[in-house]
Amino acid sequence: MKATPLIGLEVHVELETKSKMFCGCSADHFGKEPNTQTCPVCLGIPGALPVPNEKAIESCLMISLALNCRINTQSKFDRKQYFYPDLAKGYQISQYDQPFCSDGFILLDSGKRIGIERIHMEEDTGKLQHVVLDGKKVSLIDFNRSGVPLVEIVSRPEMSSSAEAKEYLKKIHEIIRAINVSSADMEKGQMRLEPTVNVCLEDKTGKHYTPLTEIKNINSFNFAASAIDFEIARQTQEFTDTGIEKTDTNKTTRGYDAVKKITFLQRTKEEAKDYRYFPEPDIPPFTIENELIEKLRNELPPLPDQVIAGLMDLGIESKYAKIICNKQNVLAVLDVIARKNDEAIPAERIDLNRLINLIVNGKIDIKGDIKGEYQKATQVGNTNVEELKTIVEKIITDNPNIVAEYKKGKTNVAGFFVGQAMKATHGTADPQTLNKIVSDLLSK
Amino acid sequence: MKQLHELTIKEVLDGYQNHDFTCVDLVKHFLKRIEKYNPKLNIYLALNEKALEEATEIDKEIAEKGITRPLLGIPFAIKDNFLTVGIETTAGSNILSGYKPQYESTTSRRLLEAGAIILGKTNMDSFAHGSSTETSAFGPTLNPWNTKKLPGGSSGGSAAAIAAQLATAAIGSETAGSIRQPSAWCGVTGLKPSYGRASRYGIIAMASSTDQPGPIARSVEDCAIVSEIIFGQDPFDATTSPAPIEKYTENLYAPDLRGVRIGLIKEYLLPDMRADVKNLILNAAAKLRLLGATVDEVSLMDPKYAISTYTVISRSEISSNLARFDGIRFGHDRDAFCAETKRRILLGTYTLSAGYYDAFYKKAEAVRTKMIDQFNEIFRIYDAYVGAVSPGPALPLGATKNQPMFGEMEDVLVEQSAMAGLASVGLPCGFVDNLPIGLQITTNQLKEATAIKIADCYQRHTEFQLFPDLDKTL
Repeated sequence: MKATPLIGLEVHVELETKSKMFCGCSADHFGKEPNTQTCPVCLGIPGALPVPNEKAIESCLMISLALNCRINTQSKFDRKQYFYPDLAKGYQISQYDQPFCSDGFILLDSGKRIGIERIHMEEDTGKLQHVVLDGKKVSLIDFNRSGVPLVEIVSRPEMSSSAEAKEYLKKIHEIIRAINVSSADMEKGQMRLEPTVNVCLEDKTGKHYTPLTEIKNINSFNFAASAIDFEIARQTQEFTDTGIEKTDTNKTTRGYDAVKKITFLQRTKEEAKDYRYFPEPDIPPFTIENELIEKLRNELPPLPDQVIAGLMDLGIESKYAKIICNKQNVLAVLDVIARKNDEAIPAERIDLNRLINLIVNGKIDIKGDIKGEYQKATQVGNTNVEELKTIVEKIITDNPNIVAEYKKGKTNVAGFFVGQAMKATHGTADPQTLNKIVSDLLSK
Repeated sequence: MKQLHELTIKEVLDGYQNHDFTCVDLVKHFLKRIEKYNPKLNIYLALNEKALEEATEIDKEIAEKGITRPLLGIPFAIKDNFLTVGIETTAGSNILSGYKPQYESTTSRRLLEAGAIILGKTNMDSFAHGSSTETSAFGPTLNPWNTKKLPGGSSGGSAAAIAAQLATAAIGSETAGSIRQPSAWCGVTGLKPSYGRASRYGIIAMASSTDQPGPIARSVEDCAIVSEIIFGQDPFDATTSPAPIEKYTENLYAPDLRGVRIGLIKEYLLPDMRADVKNLILNAAAKLRLLGATVDEVSLMDPKYAISTYTVISRSEISSNLARFDGIRFGHDRDAFCAETKRRILLGTYTLSAGYYDAFYKKAEAVRTKMIDQFNEIFRIYDAYVGAVSPGPALPLGATKNQPMFGEMEDVLVEQSAMAGLASVGLPCGFVDNLPIGLQITTNQLKEATAIKIADCYQRHTEFQLFPDLDKTL
């Protein structure tokens, strides 16, 4: 039986605007004393009205442009109604049938295109704290987070492995950070993930789809991958056992237990909520003008994939390019050096890959004199003995066949290890020291 | 000579200017009247304990600087769904009893900044759910013209406060009829602005897409003066219009109505309407003609469609707006909702439910759009249209019993204009059975000045601006 997982992702990103989505309170809520950043609007006091934060909407549109979306000229907010103690008004202001943006995509490194169905805005809820107070178990509500702007990015179910899902998430994460609308700090809950998973199983009788599962509120890429893998295995097994296929009514919601690395059932469709969406009467609908879209497009900084391509054009290896594509200070230094290289005679040029290696490993302080530090760090003989030993040891473990040849008496293969180590140190190892280390270690 | 409670805003300001009386005199006078008549009429739910203190301050200000603020020392009665800092605000419901707001509604804040004094908060249908004040948790207000009759609602307390002369001016709010209908039943003047003309910030919401605050006062002139203060864009209400407000008071004292084109809505002369009520409306049309206006009969969609449309949309929004009263905050459990409120929450929850949304809410919105189109047609030719506010005079106490659609039936002639967000003045146009009858003069969105001009001219040339003698009616 052939199994093809169908994985979609809903990603919530908290924007780092100065103020909340619909009021003037500070949106910077992490670690603040409870209920110190609230007002009638985000507390849902009677009579208070939401006034949309234009900056937040612009940030949402920026994300959409970066994710190749179409920005809808007509858009509006809706009320999504459900009861929960952390939901001050008894409804969340969200977007239902006219999101700000539709139909985008992300390109994976393999060239596979993952479709993005829609991107919409909503407000975050408060937070419950279950604590023991004066010997009594109580639930406290902190409304500091209530009304913080959230952007929800909904993909199409077009990923077919947890690895693809992880790559998709990492790319979104990098893009959000690159356009500077949020740090998307997973630990602070600024980016929350909800994978939707089912599996297409194909046998002689045809294609069979397992019932859909939505996995709620995951806050790490690894947990998302692990939850997806667990679900693929669980659903495949369940189908083998029961033969139950996906219907319109058997979608379930599951949670993820990070300790046991399993998902567990939270809700079935029969218990699913009817959110009774209707247009938010307190906020007039939006007409997004072309001028605004063009203005935002012009303000869009280079995106990670573009930066990586540019770096690779400079001769930088892709592994280094990926590491530094989001580090503005390193990119700035690199830009200066690359320009100086153009003017310098070949002997005085700085090897950019070597430079990045040194910066990334903390050998060069980028705030200091780059050229001076580089020369010092790359002087022949500067690589110390212990470091060289580690490098050579790794090459030896990685190449047991060649070691075996050496042991058989083919001592000239030692040259291979010297060459590899020289390459790894970008030619800064002292040849005599290196020769000695290689023959010592090979003789062991 | 007029007594203090009989003065218009302008007359009060003149009195201060001429040192005929002080603000303390006026406030004391009203407090005395309130003490005397309120126990019987049940108009005020809460009084501002600091009213006299504030009056003392205002007298000082007048002595030092003269009258530099437009409503300096004008005593107001405010409907109890406006949040007022330090004064209990319940919206007529027990679920909020004891609730003291943390912030000031835009309307009351603007009044206070203009120098007004809040005397107290007036009774209303619970959460404005009704047209009688009978759904109030604190009992109905009685009609000052006849205490066996209802004052109308939901702003029944504010309209009765003016009729009983227990404040110089009052503030009400209207979702569909709640300013104009009690004004009609109490024989006073009320102005419902077009949707988006005035801020809803700090008004406990009923149906957000039609709620608007507005003045209820002794005259069109007083309504115009108050409107200039409380209308206009508010950064705290995204649905307020950025258009600058017109100088309403400059539209007063028009010598005649030459050049003004008015439509008389045929369908608003309901088949089962009493002949004497119908005649008053036709008389009003004749009077307007006499003043120089052209008045033609025009046709509109049968007003019965407004009832179902308004009911679906308002209930849907109500069910959502009241979700915040979940029993966790505000001190009271949901048992404290009255039967009418519960009925509305249930109906609205139903009309928004999956599978019913398209049949009810969407359909209602489509009809609403149709109504707006029809009005646009009318306003292409006419400056305003007129008709009765209510099918008849005030109904007896208890009339709402077992009548869950009472308000919708009584407001049938004002619901379309509310759904379309039009501007409208309601003012007395005569009496039947010693009870006042109200005329509506309705204009297109943001055309308040036109409605004010017509209504003011009509009012100055008629003699229906009467007030009951409470010592006889009580």
